[in-house]
Amino acid sequence: MRRASWFNVTALTLGFAFLYLPMVLLVIYSFNSSKLVTVWAGFSTKWYGELLQNEAFLDAAVITLKVAVASSTLATILGTMAAYVLVRGGRFLGRTLFSGMIYAPLVMPEVITGLSLLLLFIGIGLDRGVLTIVLAHTTFSMCYVSVVVSSRLVSFDRSLEEAALDLGCSPFDAFRLVTLPIIAPAVISGWLLAFTLSLDDLVIASFTTGPSSTTLPIKIWSAVRLGVSPEINALSTIMIGIVTVGVISASLVSKRNAVKAQQDMQAAERGAT
Amino acid sequence: MRRFFLIAVPYVWLLALFLIPFFIVFKISLSDLALSIPPYTPTMKDGIGQMIKAFDFENFVFLTTDDLYWKAYLSSLKIALFSTVLALLVGYPMAYGMARAPEEWRPTLMMLVILPFWTSFLIRVYAWVGILSNEGFLNQFLLWTGVISTPLAIMNTTTAVYIGIVYTYLPFMILPIYAALDRLDESLIEAAQDLGCSRTKAFWLVTVPLSRSGIIAGCFLVFIPALGEFVIPSLLGGSGTLMIGKVLFEEFFNNRDWPVASAVAVILLLILIVPIILFQRNQQRQAEAET
Repeated sequence: MRRASWFNVTALTLGFAFLYLPMVLLVIYSFNSSKLVTVWAGFSTKWYGELLQNEAFLDAAVITLKVAVASSTLATILGTMAAYVLVRGGRFLGRTLFSGMIYAPLVMPEVITGLSLLLLFIGIGLDRGVLTIVLAHTTFSMCYVSVVVSSRLVSFDRSLEEAALDLGCSPFDAFRLVTLPIIAPAVISGWLLAFTLSLDDLVIASFTTGPSSTTLPIKIWSAVRLGVSPEINALSTIMIGIVTVGVISASLVSKRNAVKAQQDMQAAERGAT
Repeated sequence: MRRFFLIAVPYVWLLALFLIPFFIVFKISLSDLALSIPPYTPTMKDGIGQMIKAFDFENFVFLTTDDLYWKAYLSSLKIALFSTVLALLVGYPMAYGMARAPEEWRPTLMMLVILPFWTSFLIRVYAWVGILSNEGFLNQFLLWTGVISTPLAIMNTTTAVYIGIVYTYLPFMILPIYAALDRLDESLIEAAQDLGCSRTKAFWLVTVPLSRSGIIAGCFLVFIPALGEFVIPSLLGGSGTLMIGKVLFEEFFNNRDWPVASAVAVILLLILIVPIILFQRNQQRQAEAET
């Protein structure tokens, strides 16, 4: 039996306090009525009101969401294809280069990715705007999707696919009817990861954006460079709230599915005896 | 045919939007600055032969003569290295505590580590501005408790950058170490203790070596992105903190010197090749050990 030693409890308490205290302070002070962000002057929701009136932020939010939906969807399609090719594709010419190009963007500094894409877009004369940001985001996030999906592809039983092929499925049908449902959780988490990465990106978007397409992180960046502002605290609180609800409900769903799978298994065992 | 299509689409995409852009950066790093749009002299317009003749290493020579760049590279290396060690010192006890926590607690603890990762990076760095500034929460708290009598100047120093990097990259350190410790067979530690090791000695001789691959992975996952970091030094480090990501960004957007910015990028990439290869090797060895 494991028992919690005082050392472990202290390490976890201090560690999680370090991880969460800054965000908790940010959330609390977004309800501060004073313009001075570190002096508490009573509860107020006025900064949320001002935020919703601020059209520049709303426009930026709309552009950011459009970019995130488009790039994460494209990245999921391309990343899943790439994962399938890497795990099931066998040998082909330039496979090493291909897997190198999948893993390299994961460790590439954002400033280099951003700079190189900008020079490409200027070189081919593509006007910078929403399209160029989508292309840039798709490129780096497809690699994350591919890593997530290929770890799932590696772990699942290949004989299931072979059985489908033996029973007369075309390779495409086997993928659609057998492989895809099994890897679906990984594909969904890949999409969510790509979506979050796109929502969050400042550096690459700064390089690849044009004058008419300011994304939310660029907008936030230009505001926070001037110091702490209560409006940004309010915006941060909304974003933290959405993420928290999303992550907690995702983990509840996966927990429920695990429990259900276990019950099904037990029911099947009871049925067998 | 279908297989060809399946391979070709992502392949061509990555070639066009990942590999070719690098060659462009490389090419521009060898060209001269021009006062036009785009602000560099095209080196390819007179054919390949002329292009090679027009190549020069002027920008690279320039980087070695101006000590701003040397200092920026060295200071980035120092900051990345030091923050990696700090993140390890904070992250290892946490990962250890998680791996030793009661079974039913672990999914929740795991979620608590992952949650910040889904939260905006920019916002997490920004949260520290309100804490570290002169009238920030930390100084207010310390003044109130009487530990200090004048506010500490942490904001806009390297210390603030260390705090920012450790804070934002901590989950990357914790997760691989936790994964390694979770796999660890506890009977090995019991065996060491039965054979006369003290608990501390068993920890250093059994637990730490067996979690080595997790430690290495975590360290690289912090060190590699920290080296090219831009947001943290710009927001928390002020004008006094030199980091190469920031220099590149400013060279490009403020000075509009594209050839020098490209040369800075090429050298940063060369510096990163060694840690990236070591990291890949560690991951491969770990994957082989699992199968």
